Amino acid sequence: MSRAPQSSRTKAGLAMFFCALAGALFCGVPWTGGKVRAAASDRTGEHLDYASPLEVLLSPDDARLYVLCQQSEDVRVLDANSYEVMGRVAVGRVPRGMALSRAGDRLFVTNSWDDTVSVIDTRTLTVAATWSVGLEPSGVVEDAAGRYVFVANRISSDIAVLDAQTGAEEKRLLAGRGASYLALSPDGKRIYATHIYPNLPPLRTGLENRTPPESEITVIDARSAEVVDRIPLHSIAGVFHLAISADGRLGAVAEFHPKNLVPLAHLEHGGAFAYTLTLFGADVGQPVEIPLDELDRYASQPFGVAIAPDSSRLYVTLGGSESVLAIDVPHLLHFIHTRPRPESGSFAQDLSASGNYVAARIPVGHNPRGLALSGDARKLFVANRLDDTISVIDTSTLRVATTIALAGPKTVSALRRGEQTFYSAHYSFQAQISCSSCHIDSTFDGLQWDLEPDGFGIDIVDNKMLEDIKDIAPYKWNGGNPNLPTECGPRTEKYFWRSENYDDLTLTDLVTYIRSLAPRPNRWRLPGHELSPAQERGNALFERDVDKFGKPIPLTNRCSYCHSGPKGTNQKLFDVGTRKPTDSSGLLKTPQLTNIALTGPYLHDGSARTLEEIWTIYNPEDKHGRTNDLTKDELNDLIEYLRTR
Amino acid sequence: MKKFANKKWLAMALLAVAFFAAEVRSGFAQANPSHPRGGSTAVTVPRLPRFRFENYTTADGLPDNHVYAVLVDGDRIWAGTNNGLGLYEGGKWKTYTTKDGLAHRAVLSLALDKRTGDVWAGTMGGLSRVSGGRIVSYTQLNSGLSNDVVYGVSVEGENVWVATAAGACRLNLHTGEWSLYNERNTPMREIWVYGVSATATKVYFAVWGSGLLEFNQKTERWDLYDDPDGENELVLFKDQGLIHDIVSSVSYVDGIVWAATYFGDSRYDGRYWHNFLTKDSGLPSNFTNYVKGVDANHAWFCTDKGLAYYDGASWAVYTRSLSSHKPVMTVRDAKGNVTEVPVTSGPAHNYILGIDFQGDDIWVATAEGLSHGILQR
Repeated sequence: MSRAPQSSRTKAGLAMFFCALAGALFCGVPWTGGKVRAAASDRTGEHLDYASPLEVLLSPDDARLYVLCQQSEDVRVLDANSYEVMGRVAVGRVPRGMALSRAGDRLFVTNSWDDTVSVIDTRTLTVAATWSVGLEPSGVVEDAAGRYVFVANRISSDIAVLDAQTGAEEKRLLAGRGASYLALSPDGKRIYATHIYPNLPPLRTGLENRTPPESEITVIDARSAEVVDRIPLHSIAGVFHLAISADGRLGAVAEFHPKNLVPLAHLEHGGAFAYTLTLFGADVGQPVEIPLDELDRYASQPFGVAIAPDSSRLYVTLGGSESVLAIDVPHLLHFIHTRPRPESGSFAQDLSASGNYVAARIPVGHNPRGLALSGDARKLFVANRLDDTISVIDTSTLRVATTIALAGPKTVSALRRGEQTFYSAHYSFQAQISCSSCHIDSTFDGLQWDLEPDGFGIDIVDNKMLEDIKDIAPYKWNGGNPNLPTECGPRTEKYFWRSENYDDLTLTDLVTYIRSLAPRPNRWRLPGHELSPAQERGNALFERDVDKFGKPIPLTNRCSYCHSGPKGTNQKLFDVGTRKPTDSSGLLKTPQLTNIALTGPYLHDGSARTLEEIWTIYNPEDKHGRTNDLTKDELNDLIEYLRTR
Repeated sequence: MKKFANKKWLAMALLAVAFFAAEVRSGFAQANPSHPRGGSTAVTVPRLPRFRFENYTTADGLPDNHVYAVLVDGDRIWAGTNNGLGLYEGGKWKTYTTKDGLAHRAVLSLALDKRTGDVWAGTMGGLSRVSGGRIVSYTQLNSGLSNDVVYGVSVEGENVWVATAAGACRLNLHTGEWSLYNERNTPMREIWVYGVSATATKVYFAVWGSGLLEFNQKTERWDLYDDPDGENELVLFKDQGLIHDIVSSVSYVDGIVWAATYFGDSRYDGRYWHNFLTKDSGLPSNFTNYVKGVDANHAWFCTDKGLAYYDGASWAVYTRSLSSHKPVMTVRDAKGNVTEVPVTSGPAHNYILGIDFQGDDIWVATAEGLSHGILQR
């Protein structure tokens, strides 16, 4: 393993240098000789107890509106007509999903950081039970018969099947990677599940990181609680809410269609994302993908979907575009049935398509997410996560009739402004993308991107998770960015946005937000943080300085040297032997190990699908640590330890 | 000499069949003895199941005629073949190949997760999970799997137990942790593990050359059962222990271990052993590829010379004549009387590799096709 020469400066680094200089000269960003410093970049931001409403639900009689507030970690119960607060029920950490029982007497809330479900008695508005589930529960739904409760677990990528009365887990079903959202068909026969990260390629071809992503809609038989079908979603990564029409003939799912195989620098050529719906069911025949984007403005980050009971309209929240789309369903179906359908089944590349069926784009608040349509379809409630408001849309005028302000801080802190910036596509060309297009829910997207304008297929990089990344400069895989203001400022502006620069305060707020992202709880650490026997053995291998033959391991070839410190990085550059012919350099910044078990695929270009492949395939010369003397048992132990980081 | 004796026996058997064929009255064999070894001239033939076999080959859509394993899941039949995983459903065959994500074309073993309906396939190139049509494969390169050659697989709760050519392992589906078991942490002398049978209380491994390995789930203790005669292929002390160390398959059911070896078979109730050899049982061969217990007293043995059924006292053998290839069924009662029962169909081939049950029917994996044995009532 060779250390990067201190004086070496990559081509990209030079580009950054001039970019930063240009930023300083023309954009008002303070120039500090090679680094960009946002104003007061070390301030931590003020943590205020915002509500951050993520999901909304109406009671079966439309009398109540339940609002799931992720940051204040409670459910607010509002009168659905007067909007008066009827109650507030505290739940677990970072709640993410919510569903009512068929009778409406129980409200299930998933607590994503506690790995539990809170069961709320809706008569008393108290938590009647707390059930343990899998890792990072997200979506939840009860079947029509009241026999099972299904919970989508994002980390364990499965769906827990619970006894609806006792909460006892009966089994877990294999779902897509990052299982997150569930929907019950109106006839109660099927449950549909989506997932936010693409499935890992099933076969090792050596080109996994250069193939289009694959996702799925997992179809579960509600009676047998078994997976009966998987609807493939080709070229899709990031699948969110799904809705089924009341007659069961039309299903629609909100999704991202990334174009990660071409340089992101081609944003102005429509090269970053298409935001789409996949439609399925009897009304459309074979599943078909339709774009939501318009010719000159994108429908960034679709999230929630609702279909009017008479199938006349379909509504989609656009988290990055701060608006809601209203789609005329008859026009949509007419388009699908009259246009020659591409062989791929996708109209995603046709930016003129949406003009045939988008009835309106309704501006709402910051980062609109969940939505709920009243039974008479006259009111549409939309949760504006980063405004602490609920927009009430009059569906006859397609305008916001009322905005309900939830109780909470009225001031907008730097931290919140930063988060709003993170999630807003406002700054990019034609409002295509924001940080959260790739860092879904402030994490990652499981994709490999061609970021630089250096030709197709050059310097492919794996997208990293953002949690716990403060104070581990430099940034980028090649270490080209000396700090977060540089990473998030001129680099992002020049290479990604292609439109509007941040002013220095906006950049400061953004960096403040990113620095605040704490790691989620590590699921592989035992209570008390002691190690299991296998983890203990793995720790010893991680720390060892002598190989199994008694030969000393050079300092730079020990796991614990490069991956040192609490975050598992010494923040230096090394060549670990993973350079590809298409890489400009083999020198890579040592990545942090925080929650490394979640962030596959691995290595700088995502060529290792699993932690094992880092060493079984991509370390033939022991340049990425001395590992080739290990038995399979020992490598397993090392990985068990790494998963605790 | 031996050859001649066999022919003579066969001739007598055929003669007897001709005389007494009409006596068969039900799906359970009911015929007079063709060769009463005990010297008796009139014995009652035990009622053992008689089947009409329907055989499937590539001509019917089976992926390959060499079928290593078969698995029944309700109306769905899975066949692990030398060239893909076949699924027979609704009268049609569908084939899963490496293009679908299968770890390897040769599927050696199959197990069903009865709770989820997922099928686990052990292949020559890793372990594959088939779930709702999607295949996820684990190999020694991309996972903690100990070796890519997976001879056996068994699902118990959230654990998948795997028998490989380099030890055994367990995948915990909730944590994703792989635990490896080999000569370093178990009494396993050889690490060529051919079969596994897992329950919530005990897990048994058939180890080629190292006997039978027991893992107690509660105490996490290992016990090794091996042949008291050592590597000697003579049986010096019958029923004193496992019949032979070269164990090819194990089935643990109702607290009883059924073990198959290449030199006879064994039954173990936790205290006593009972061994089976061709010379003192109805086994058509001592070379047994696979065993599957029905319960504590009934088991099926898949040998290189046909399929055998044991009901706790009597035996039935389903095979084909080596000379004429005509199907043959014989019944051996507890006293050793052997009777040939007239049948019109038999398994596709005598080299039997696996079996599973579909109600009263059986599905049989053979070296030349998959056989569906339909019980005749």
